[in-house]
Amino acid sequence: MQWVNIIVQGILLGGLYALYGTGLSLIFGVMRLVNLAHGDFIVVAAYLALLAGQLLGVSPYLSLVVVVPLMFALGLLMQLGLLNRTLGRGLMPPLLITFGLSVMLQNILLLLFTADSRGLDAGAIETASFEVGGVAIGLAPLLTFIVAVCVLLALQWFFSNTMLGRAFRATSDDPDTAELMGIDSRRIYALAMGLSLAVVAVAGVLLGVRTNFAPTDGPARLIFAFETVIIGGLGSLWGTLLGGMLLGVAQTVGAQFNPAWFQLAGHIVTLLVLAFRPTGLFARTRDV
Amino acid sequence: MNALTVREVEVFYGEFQALFGVSLEVPAGETVAIIGANGAGKTTLLRTIAGALTPRRGQIEYRGRSIVGQPAHVLARHGISLVPEGRKIFPSLTVEENLMLGAYTRRSGPWNLRAIYDLFPILGERARVAGVDLSGGQQQMLAIGRALMNNPDLILMDEISLGLAPLVVKELYRVVKVIAETGTTVVIVEQDVSRALQVADHVYCLLEGRVSAQGRPADFSHEAISRAYFGMAA
Repeated sequence: MQWVNIIVQGILLGGLYALYGTGLSLIFGVMRLVNLAHGDFIVVAAYLALLAGQLLGVSPYLSLVVVVPLMFALGLLMQLGLLNRTLGRGLMPPLLITFGLSVMLQNILLLLFTADSRGLDAGAIETASFEVGGVAIGLAPLLTFIVAVCVLLALQWFFSNTMLGRAFRATSDDPDTAELMGIDSRRIYALAMGLSLAVVAVAGVLLGVRTNFAPTDGPARLIFAFETVIIGGLGSLWGTLLGGMLLGVAQTVGAQFNPAWFQLAGHIVTLLVLAFRPTGLFARTRDV
Repeated sequence: MNALTVREVEVFYGEFQALFGVSLEVPAGETVAIIGANGAGKTTLLRTIAGALTPRRGQIEYRGRSIVGQPAHVLARHGISLVPEGRKIFPSLTVEENLMLGAYTRRSGPWNLRAIYDLFPILGERARVAGVDLSGGQQQMLAIGRALMNNPDLILMDEISLGLAPLVVKELYRVVKVIAETGTTVVIVEQDVSRALQVADHVYCLLEGRVSAQGRPADFSHEAISRAYFGMAA
C-alpha cells in the first residue's frame, strides 16, 4: 500500500510538471524559441502571488485572478519589445537573451525579497487529505492536478476550436504561408509568449502552495520543464501530461530509496528516454 | 482601371538579381498569364506582388495605391491572395481547418465553406482528413479554395498544374474560369503555354528575369512564343 501511495503522489505531482512543460513546449512549438528564463518566470509568478497575498490579502488560489493577467501581459511585452527583434537570426540570439533575462530575474528577486525562502499560505487546504482505499490523498496536490488537467483541456479547446488557435498551429507549421492568409506572425508570437507565461503563472502559484521557493529556484524548475517535454515528446498536450506524471513518479519513487535521489531518478528516466526514444514517448509532431 | 500595375521592378536574393526592370499591367477583372521557363522569375514576381518579397527598386500599385514594402499579411487583408507554388497545405490542420484559416481576415464576399464545397465537392467529402493526406490534385484544389476563402479582389496562382494529371489540370482550369467570371482579377503563372493562352486575356512571357514578350493570346504566333520563351534567335 505504501508504494501505491507513493505512485499516486508522483502522478499528482506530474500535473504541476505538465504545466511547466506545456508553457515551454508551446513557445518552442510556435516559434522554435527556447526560453531559458522559463523556470525563473515560474518563480516570479510565485512571488507575484505572495505580493498579491500581502497587498490584497487574497488567498493564493484567488490571486490567480491577478497573477495570470499580469504574467500574460509580461509575456506579450517581452515578445514584442525584445524577442521579436531577434527573429530570423537563428537560435542563438533568443537563447542568449533569455539566459540574460534568467540572471536578471534572479537578481531582481534577490534584491526585492532577499534570499530567504518563502511559501504561499493556502490555509487548511494545505494539510487536508482524505483516504481512498487506504491511500491518503492530499487535497492540495489533488487540486493542483485537477487545475493542470483543466488548463490542458482549455488549451486543447483553444487550439482546435478557435480561429486564433488554428492560426497558432498554422504559424507553427509554416509562418511564411500563414502570412499569406493574413496572419501577422509577430502578433501570434507575442500572444504565444503571453499564453505561455499565463500557464506559467498557474504553475508558479501551485508551486508556491506546494512548497517553499527562493529567488534562485528557477533553473531547477526549467530542468523539470525540459525533462517533462523530453519524456512526453513535443506537440501533444496529453503527451506532456503523461511525461510530467512519469517524471513525478520517478522522483517520488527515487526519493523512497534515498531522499537525495528525488532529482536523480528523474534525470535517469529522462536520459533513458533520450537514449531509446529521443522524440519522446508520446510525440505527435511530424517535423523538428 | 488597372487592378495591378508593376513598374520597373528589380528583385534580389542577396547579391543575386532575379528580376530586371519588370513591368506589368493587369486591368481589373481580367485574367493575365505569366509564362516562362524554369528560373525565369515567375514565382519571384508573384511573391513580390503578394508582399512575401520586397523589391529593391521599382513600383507596384494595387488599385491605384503603392503597396511596395507592405508585408504579405497586410496585403491579404486588402484582398490579394496567393496560391503558393507547391500548395503549402498546413500539415497539422484538416482540410476544413485549412479552408477556415483562409478566411482569417474575415473579408466578405461570395466565397465561404459551402461555396468552396460546391466548387470542389471532394473537399467536402474529405473535410475532416488532414490536408496533407489528400492526393496532389486535391491538395491543389484545397490551396485554391483556401485562397478563395479570403474573398480576394486579386488572386495570384503559381503553377497550379505542376505535376498533375491532364484531367485534373482540366478541372482546375475550369475553376479558374469560374473564378474569373465572378469578376475577380486573376494572375496565373504557368509553364504549360497552351493552357495559359486558353485562359488568359493577356500574356506576359518572362525570360531570365525580363519581360521578353507580351500581348493578347491571339496575337502570339507559335514562333514568337518559342523565341520569347527560350530566347532563341529568330
